Amino acid sequence: MLSAQRDDDDSQYLLVAKLDNARNVSNILKAIHFKDIATVIASPLGLKVTVEDAKCVQANAFIQESIFHHYHIKEDQLAFKINLTVLLECLTIFGSSATTPSGNTTLKMCYAGYGCPLILMLEEDGVLTDCSLKTLEPDEVLDFDFSSANVVNKIIMKSECLKEVFSELDTTSEVLQILISPDQPYLQFSTFGNAGSTHSSFPKDSEMVESFLSNQTQTNRYKISLLKPSVKALNLSTRISIRTDSRGFLSLQYMIKTEDGQICFVEYYCAPDEEITDDPET
Amino acid sequence: MKFRGKIVDIVCIQQFTNIVGTISKLVKTCIMRITEDKVFFILSERIGDGGAQMWCELDQSHFFDEYAMDGVSAEANEIYLEVMPDLMLKALKTAHSAKWIKLKLTKKNTPCLTMEIDLPTGGPHQRQVVHDIPVNVVPRKHWPDYTEPEMPKFDVSITMPQLKLMKNVIDKMKNLSNYLSLSANRSGEMKLSVETDMVAVSTHFQNLLNPTWGNQDGCQILQSSQGQEEFATARIDIRKFAQFLNGQQVNPKRVICNIVHHRMVHFFLMHEDLSLQYFLPVISR
Repeated sequence: MLSAQRDDDDSQYLLVAKLDNARNVSNILKAIHFKDIATVIASPLGLKVTVEDAKCVQANAFIQESIFHHYHIKEDQLAFKINLTVLLECLTIFGSSATTPSGNTTLKMCYAGYGCPLILMLEEDGVLTDCSLKTLEPDEVLDFDFSSANVVNKIIMKSECLKEVFSELDTTSEVLQILISPDQPYLQFSTFGNAGSTHSSFPKDSEMVESFLSNQTQTNRYKISLLKPSVKALNLSTRISIRTDSRGFLSLQYMIKTEDGQICFVEYYCAPDEEITDDPET
Repeated sequence: MKFRGKIVDIVCIQQFTNIVGTISKLVKTCIMRITEDKVFFILSERIGDGGAQMWCELDQSHFFDEYAMDGVSAEANEIYLEVMPDLMLKALKTAHSAKWIKLKLTKKNTPCLTMEIDLPTGGPHQRQVVHDIPVNVVPRKHWPDYTEPEMPKFDVSITMPQLKLMKNVIDKMKNLSNYLSLSANRSGEMKLSVETDMVAVSTHFQNLLNPTWGNQDGCQILQSSQGQEEFATARIDIRKFAQFLNGQQVNPKRVICNIVHHRMVHFFLMHEDLSLQYFLPVISR
């Protein structure tokens, strides 16, 4: 009865999205959760949630409209900022894994427009939770101007083998160096920490590597602190695409399967660490 | 002053361990009160420390196979000890497969609750572990501080929903706010809500039972003119509530929550041979 009454009010909302399993959304959002505040852009295609740090790294999660079993938006684009930490606590309020055999949290998400809160209604086993999250004025998100025309190197591989590399990154090293080359060692990750350097190389004909396109040898360094959060996405993903463009910008795209077997994408962009040219020793 | 007790039944040993475990999650020190037919664990916090109260009652005859005590005097035949439940729990942890455990009040350098644990050996030898747990004997003039809290005249009495689901909800809510509004009405509905600058979250449980209390239990249903749907609300410390939910290891048959509107919440864990009451005062805005 309660939900029937609520359905009648849906006309006031610009965005209404329903989902049978809230974990499909919460798991993807966890993959980009490295800062409290996220920008949400809703369009008829679905939701794009963006998190940025230090103007150097950006993570985007795409939750396409087909992930929802009902998705209705009245405008071409709606944008707002939201506290992602709080949003995740709300989405997983009944626990982040299935607690009961029937075990799914259904979700209804509503947004009435600029200045209005994001309304979440969750239900599991007849227990209802209503959340009202304050939305904030949206900022411009960074444009990394990463176009496929400028891509120099592109590798698609299974995530599995990279999980080890990333979860055991030597965090005493300030940077992670990524080398991609048409010749040996093809793909190499290096760190330079207090206890020494590490190098992990992957041959291009490894069975983990599904596609290897390298036009020229590139060696770029990225701040480890900026790349470390991408481990969350990596751990959830089945495949990863690593691309670098002519400026050395890095794009990491992760393919993530939801519990219902649908495919979602999360991407990270990261700017290279600037070489310091006025180093007194050179 | 004398006290000695022996627990033989392994189920009772485990149950006793679980109770001490539950209490150790709630409080650092508490009072162990020993009377002829019951053992109590009592906490009464000062208002300044949060004002929580706990009252746990164990039926001596259910747990102990041998039980002998001599109180302070013939007319005050009771013993009040200040104990650290955590230390008791550590000792009891070695007793999970014990043949028996003995509890004794002893005088070493300081008064101690000595716990002798007889462990199985599989041979003719005896293997014993002895723990001396320092305690303070509470002088008689302080006894009145630890009298049984009065059963409040609550506005709503309701059985708690499935504790597991509730624990999840509270664990998430505690990351959002320090305070929880716990409300319930007499139509079997319970509501947990938190509200901060960023977010308002409220979880609704339905189809719960509203127990009726007979006057013979010393509790009364407050007769009031308010409607059945009207909610009684108490704003409490969410961390203490989470501690209570997460700490309980006794798997009670039933947990009852009594709310005195804007005054306090009273939780009542009921099991066959023990009961645990926990009182949380309201925190005003």
